[in-house]
Amino acid sequence: MSEMKAPERLQARPAAASPAPAADLPLYADRQKVYPKAVRGPVRRVKWAVLALCLGLYYVVPWLRWDRGPGVPDQAVLVDIANARLFFLWIELWPQEIYFLAGALILGAIALFAVSSLFGRLWCGFTCPQTVWTDLFMWVERLIEGDRVERMRLDKAPWTAAKWARKTAKHAAWLAIAAATGGAWIMYFNDAPTVTREILTGTASARVYFFFGLFTTTTYVLAGWAREQVCTYMCPWPRFQAAMLDEHSLVVSYRAWRGEPRGKAKAQGVGDCVDCLACVQVCPTGIDIRDGQQLECIGCGLCIDACDQIMERLGRPKGLIAFETLSNLAASEAAVAGLPPGPERYARGMAARRPPRFIRPRTLVYAGMLSVVSLAMLAAFLLRETLGMTVIHDRAPTFVRLSDGGVRNGYTVKIANKTRETPMLALALEGPAGLRLAVPDAAGSDAAGRPLLAARPDGLAQYRVFVTAPPALRLAESTPIAFRLLDPRGRAVAREESVFLGPKP
Amino acid sequence: MPTKIEKDHITGTETTGHEWDGIKELNTPLPRWWLMVFYATIAFSVLWMILYPSLPIPGATGLTGWIAREAVTGEMQAHQARLEPMLARLRAATPEEIAADPELRAFALAGGRAAFANTCAGCHGAGGQGAPGGFPSLADDDWIWGGSLEAIRTTILHGIRNTEDEQTRQSQMPRFLADGLLSAAQVNDVAEYVLSLSGRATDQAAAARGAAIYAENCASCHGERGEGNRELGAPRLSDQVWLYGGDKASVVRSIAFSRGGVMPAWQGRLDPAVINMLAVYVHALGGGE
Repeated sequence: MSEMKAPERLQARPAAASPAPAADLPLYADRQKVYPKAVRGPVRRVKWAVLALCLGLYYVVPWLRWDRGPGVPDQAVLVDIANARLFFLWIELWPQEIYFLAGALILGAIALFAVSSLFGRLWCGFTCPQTVWTDLFMWVERLIEGDRVERMRLDKAPWTAAKWARKTAKHAAWLAIAAATGGAWIMYFNDAPTVTREILTGTASARVYFFFGLFTTTTYVLAGWAREQVCTYMCPWPRFQAAMLDEHSLVVSYRAWRGEPRGKAKAQGVGDCVDCLACVQVCPTGIDIRDGQQLECIGCGLCIDACDQIMERLGRPKGLIAFETLSNLAASEAAVAGLPPGPERYARGMAARRPPRFIRPRTLVYAGMLSVVSLAMLAAFLLRETLGMTVIHDRAPTFVRLSDGGVRNGYTVKIANKTRETPMLALALEGPAGLRLAVPDAAGSDAAGRPLLAARPDGLAQYRVFVTAPPALRLAESTPIAFRLLDPRGRAVAREESVFLGPKP
Repeated sequence: MPTKIEKDHITGTETTGHEWDGIKELNTPLPRWWLMVFYATIAFSVLWMILYPSLPIPGATGLTGWIAREAVTGEMQAHQARLEPMLARLRAATPEEIAADPELRAFALAGGRAAFANTCAGCHGAGGQGAPGGFPSLADDDWIWGGSLEAIRTTILHGIRNTEDEQTRQSQMPRFLADGLLSAAQVNDVAEYVLSLSGRATDQAAAARGAAIYAENCASCHGERGEGNRELGAPRLSDQVWLYGGDKASVVRSIAFSRGGVMPAWQGRLDPAVINMLAVYVHALGGGE
């Protein structure tokens, strides 16, 4: 790597030690506008497929229906903020179960680490929304303004009517896509057909229009204008991705051992790199992959397609730029040390490579973490309770002295029912014999005389409950008791501990 | 003092002329847009002073005539207007009818809870638990003037021993020792008898002597066996709930000097709907009959 030429970007900077500092020492680097060139090839085809899949899912999912019965939203995926429910296919979550969302995000983070340690920045280069929408916006830009050279020429050209027309068309198309993106986002939080009709007829709420506008603007600005600056300056991920990568991760690499020294195609004694800059011209972040691993590289691999095209045309083997591990790069480098450029050097370098090691301590740890978190989430989901009870002992008065000398305690019992049915549940008391249980608002009593409480469907039912100790029953100041909720078959569906308080004996 | 304004050759900026030990301060004025925002805020504040009340002078309300107190009053009235249909129904209904209607009952329990915290909790406690010294618990099952919805409502309406309400709950026990009706020994004996009604006498002989005194002086109001009389507001003496304390000293004091707690009459001070809500709420505290 040491023999590589210093990139021009760095050379252009003034030397730091000059005696009279120049006036043009900027605090912020001016943005060099990037004009990525169109490219064809296998990596590009995969990227198109992933783009179509991601965008398709994003735009179609809110329109999927899922019948949950009358009076319940029939949208397959819906975050119902107003009614505090999250619907995901057959799953319906309450706000207090938000930890399932937290678990999903933790899974996502670990999966991101795992994928990065195996294949480098696959997420950044192929599936990150910033990459996907920027790719889409660039495709639109290319359709309207032409490829790299035409776009550069158009930007330099004076503002004629034709230039105005093209620029207007481009921004209109971008805004249309951005509006569709912002609109689709709203649909995850509102009934899609209803909110679409409301937005189009101007009858939606101010909140809907605000978020519609917000996500339209962010999409337009981030995918149309900010582009690679989001990845280079705004995103934290490039900063700590180096902690996930190691010498066995497959990353987009330039095989310097084969390409250097660079030279014209017909020159003698030079490597395979003909310095055609095809890899630089297609790069969406405007970098030179031949400088090695760098923060700005999102690992999209378009330079691989660009270089392979050139190599094919020159009749040289493909893969001067490839998904390659750093350990293989080092092995090839060592194997060809001192050899002149030529088929011999190529063969020796390629033979020194080893298949990438996918099973390593790091990936095993990630796999282990993934399985543990997945299992924990699965267990939490399978053991999820659809009926819950909370018991709140009265704070004032803590107990009431009755005229016959008995003691009464008041409780508020709340029954959370996550189902759409209305089960009648019997309330049973565990405690010293003789304690009497009374629920003034009970719907009746079961065969054993226990009060029956109706659990409100998909909601919270609240009951005042009184427990009385007759005068003959002498209890301590605080006696542990417990309430149980029994379903019609007599099975306890919930149990909650509390206390029975009284005067000092 | 700024003396030597010169151009700094590194940045191309003028200095302020200040120099400390060879360190010179560059003069970098605020960006123009920043300055403009600054001026705009000054203009805003002047405009605000003209339009809104900002001077500490009575009557200086600003050109818009907007006053915070009026805004609050307006909001309160709007809130009251929203509640009005429900309050009208609560005014028209009896407490029994409210308790029987689930919608009215839920509203009354919530509204009664708020009104109780406002007007009643000061004496009767946040949960109606009462307080020592004559503030009865409203959560127990012992009622001096009755624990039915109607009785509770009447007590709230007219108060107890209220000097300004003709229909107030009125009763007055004689001050047996202070007014010379009984001797100290007789008071002691009758106190022992009263304690024996709830099975707590310590001196059986005194209690026996007290029985005759009780029959003569106390039974007409408190009943032969101390069962009390709600018509007269005479508390039950045979139970375990004592408004002024159930120990002997407290009972002796009650007989010797009498007691007479008072409660305000809320008729005319509270909306009849609120009084109905309070009756329903107090009834539901646990002791309602």
